[in-house]
Amino acid sequence: MAITMPGQTINHIKASDEELQKIRSTYVKKNKSPLPVVAGRIGFWLLIVAIIVYTLFPFYWAVVSSLTPANDLFQSPVPLFPTSLTLDHYRVVFQDSSFLRAILNSVIVSTSVVLLALLLGTLSAYALGRLNFRGRKLVLYLILSMTMFPAIAILGSLFQMMNDFRAFDTLWGLVIVYLTFTLPFTVWVLTNFFRAMPAELEQSALVDGATPMRALWDVLLPMAVPGIVTTAMLAFISAWSEFLFARTFTLTERATTVQVAISQFTGNQPFEEPFAVRMAAAVVVTVPLLVGVLIVQRRIIGGLTAGAVKG
Amino acid sequence: MARYLPNPVNNLMADAMHGRISRRDIMKKGTALGLSSALMGTILRAESVGAQGTPAAAMPAGYSIEVPAGLPDLTGTTLNVMLGADGPGAAFDQANCDIFAEATGATVNYLKGAESATDRLTFYQQTFASSSNAFDFAMIDVIWPGILATHAVDLSEAVANSGVTYFDRIMQNNTVDDVLTGIPWFTDAGLLYYRTDLLEKYGFAAAPATWQELTDMATEIVAGEAASNSSFTGFTFQGAAYEGLVCNGLEWQFSNGGGTIIEDDGSVSVNNPNTIAAFERAKGWVGTISPQAVTGYMEEDGRGVWQAGNAAFMRNWPYAYSLGAAADSVIAGNFDVTSLPMGDMEGSSNAATLGGWQAFVSKYSESQEAATAFALFVASPEVQKARAIERSGLPTIADLYTDADVLAANPFFERLLDTFQSGSVARPSTASQDLYGEVATEYARTLNEILNGTASEVGAAVEDLAGSLEDIMADL
Amino acid sequence: MAVITEQTVPATKTKYSRAPKTAVGRQQERLGWILVFPSVLVVLLVALYPLYETVRLSFTNARLASAREVRNVGFENYQRILEDGLFWSSLQRTLTITVAAVSLEAVLGMIIALAIHSNFRGRGLVRTSMLVPWAIPTVVSSVLWGWMFHDNYGFINSLFYRLGLQDAGLRSWIENPATALGVVIAIDVWKTTPFMALLLLAGLQIIPSDVYEASTVDGASKWQQFWQMTLPLVRPALLVALIFRTMDTFRIFDLIFVLNAGATTTMSVAIYVQQELIQNGRLGYGSAGAVIIFFCIGLMVLGYSRLIRVEEG
Repeated sequence: MAITMPGQTINHIKASDEELQKIRSTYVKKNKSPLPVVAGRIGFWLLIVAIIVYTLFPFYWAVVSSLTPANDLFQSPVPLFPTSLTLDHYRVVFQDSSFLRAILNSVIVSTSVVLLALLLGTLSAYALGRLNFRGRKLVLYLILSMTMFPAIAILGSLFQMMNDFRAFDTLWGLVIVYLTFTLPFTVWVLTNFFRAMPAELEQSALVDGATPMRALWDVLLPMAVPGIVTTAMLAFISAWSEFLFARTFTLTERATTVQVAISQFTGNQPFEEPFAVRMAAAVVVTVPLLVGVLIVQRRIIGGLTAGAVKG
Repeated sequence: MARYLPNPVNNLMADAMHGRISRRDIMKKGTALGLSSALMGTILRAESVGAQGTPAAAMPAGYSIEVPAGLPDLTGTTLNVMLGADGPGAAFDQANCDIFAEATGATVNYLKGAESATDRLTFYQQTFASSSNAFDFAMIDVIWPGILATHAVDLSEAVANSGVTYFDRIMQNNTVDDVLTGIPWFTDAGLLYYRTDLLEKYGFAAAPATWQELTDMATEIVAGEAASNSSFTGFTFQGAAYEGLVCNGLEWQFSNGGGTIIEDDGSVSVNNPNTIAAFERAKGWVGTISPQAVTGYMEEDGRGVWQAGNAAFMRNWPYAYSLGAAADSVIAGNFDVTSLPMGDMEGSSNAATLGGWQAFVSKYSESQEAATAFALFVASPEVQKARAIERSGLPTIADLYTDADVLAANPFFERLLDTFQSGSVARPSTASQDLYGEVATEYARTLNEILNGTASEVGAAVEDLAGSLEDIMADL
Repeated sequence: MAVITEQTVPATKTKYSRAPKTAVGRQQERLGWILVFPSVLVVLLVALYPLYETVRLSFTNARLASAREVRNVGFENYQRILEDGLFWSSLQRTLTITVAAVSLEAVLGMIIALAIHSNFRGRGLVRTSMLVPWAIPTVVSSVLWGWMFHDNYGFINSLFYRLGLQDAGLRSWIENPATALGVVIAIDVWKTTPFMALLLLAGLQIIPSDVYEASTVDGASKWQQFWQMTLPLVRPALLVALIFRTMDTFRIFDLIFVLNAGATTTMSVAIYVQQELIQNGRLGYGSAGAVIIFFCIGLMVLGYSRLIRVEEG
């Protein structure tokens, strides 16, 4: 496994010499185990294939199920490859206007939550990670405590609050509630990220007379892009996938999110659960997410190099 | 009783459905007739369907509704009504709202409830806990009257004045401390589905009348089919630890003379030899005539197995009938339904657990009278008939089971009247009032442990169950 | 928290250990509070009231939407929960799930992170495909896995059958008390390993590559590099990921609920609490259960924070 990345070297970030010395001295020269390069290569690609099969197979099965005619779904033993395909289930999904509206709602809610969490989270993380002030730890753990209760337990009182503030069945109400699980996560990951950056970075900026906020904006933030993108992606997905709060705090089309809409696809008969339609809906809401990830994932690496050049 | 659609409108509708008239002409004629936009929408929808050339199959939702006489004038009133979830049934619910609005002048907003009953109940409770008037009318499950009674408007007088006679068993179930919490609206009951072709193949003349017969027949059929079909199983039912298992368990014990878990007077009766024998028998099915995994089966798991032709018998609700009878179904024409079997101990009888939905009016509503009118409307014989024809909804009025139009749409309804009138049993939700949730959780959990073998001694498990239920009832 | 980085970046150490007595220090302190204020406000607004409510209710006999009189019952709810065998078995089961799932996720997440950290063609696609399980909502993925594990029309039994591994009868996975918990753990691992891997990947990004260059010169093997450099350096990221995964797994609910309803073979503490709160409508009793979960998670976080502090010393 090649860990070094030629061309990705960031010479600006350095552990102190003292530190490096310590690391070096911990192992006296030992002979490198002479693994044949070819075997390593093959092993590496086998690993990659294994990862892909492991992560993708159930999704593949969701796609297959969504394309299978309803009556073929219950065949046993299941044919390993679909025998006949249909687009009917996708037709049902796309003809449902409330589902399309729900996609829009989800986009609005998830994007707002992520932007808000990133804004609040970055400011807090900078303070918690780079500034020295009393009560820092208290704040860190206070924020973390937001997620220590089982969500189910706070539903009742949140519901009461949402009603009191007229936030019930509104998108903004959902955004605020979603901060309960996105904000702690954002703050902790970014704090950790800021802490890991060498102090000289902004010190030189501060010496040059920049304010701490300028140092944050010009020096630290560009360097933190990979962390921010990672956090944003994970937070976006968890907001996009959230079900319990959305189910409880929305009622009509104006605020219902996709996850609720998926569960609302019912059969023609009571008790009937249109599995294939729900899988089609799940595929429809997952694919754009993956396309988005495919586009932004470059920034996980790209951002770091760019930041380093700037810094 | 006024026909809902006056003649010129009817004609317009017919023309629209057969594609004999253009959209523009519909608009022109409709405006001349002074039609509401809702009705015009319905006709236009009919036109778009008709244009595709399948007029008969694609009638607009609500086409068979006749408006009952004597609806009040509710001009200026707004009603928020909580009906079915989104899905194929939503169009019919929407038509209910539109037609009621059309006939009374009220504005009716259809709020789509959660698909899962548990979610729906939680939502109702949270709404009531904050005394919110978010909705005026709601559909409630047959086991909720005891839980929601304190938030209900008493509908007994309204029903008495309407002159309609609903099934007695459901009326009793819905009455908590003399308050009628919901009007019986459409119902459900456990049925035995069996494969006529397999019964014939193995030389059985009729469906099993007792559980023992079912066990014997299933054993023989499974033994015979196993050679050619390794996915075959004898009997599927709802065995997961949830409300569905309460329904199944109640049928097993009640049909064996084992009572209703908690009797009407509030006494816990579950710990008796008949119940224990019934549970022992059910435990014996798991891994023999029923799959090991039946202890995780809900309605759709069992129906999937059944619908693929891989089961000889199934306990399920009436909904599985039309799905199994559909043209593209493997088992179409090869199955039938009947009452669930009886036990063989003293006091045995047929038993089918009641399901279904009631029309409920919230006491936090600011338009209780209008909401009551809406409840009477949806539960009226006219609208129930339309629900039976268009949605296969099971009526709560005996006459409708002999109605020619209803039977033309659902021939198997004919065999259900007996089940509802004499063979039905209600879960002890009224006796345990707002503690029913605890009773059901405890019962389903214990029975699930009996079935999957974690509770090895049936007698001891039932005794523990009785103890827990007594503790719960002591809080009442 | 603070600590980890102090070891990796000692240059900052002096800065933190100095009490902020100077004008710059005071200014920093003020700025710090200004910056965290919005987040703290959100916490106080959205989280504190429900937490307070839950604790308050846990000392009463309140019921959901009930007309019954609400009484203060002191510690009775707590006492009754702690006497309930089902609660203890759920707690034990939840701990099993948490320990097994989180450690498997950490190991697999690390392997995946290291693999996609390296430079190879198509790694963007691999990185994206790795995220698929996380991108599928939990409710949907448990329905999907439940379908795949179905004894009769599930893919897994059919595969085994076709491979000749399973001769007769339909094996039950989810319902079988012997395998039920394993299935839950396997699905949770599948679902959340991407989360772990991505956070670890972000942690790997920040390791200066000259550290590796230096060690390569010293002749360290890849294995040694991993244990002696990569792991210590990625440790802060690992700890944060572990904290969040532990907290989440300990509260595991919808995965199990969708998969196996209320069966005791897979009952977690969150399911126990949900049954009491929602199905049974026992607000007081269920809230007491929620408070106990809160304390358990608090203890775990405390444990992690000690781990962090050890490094400081």
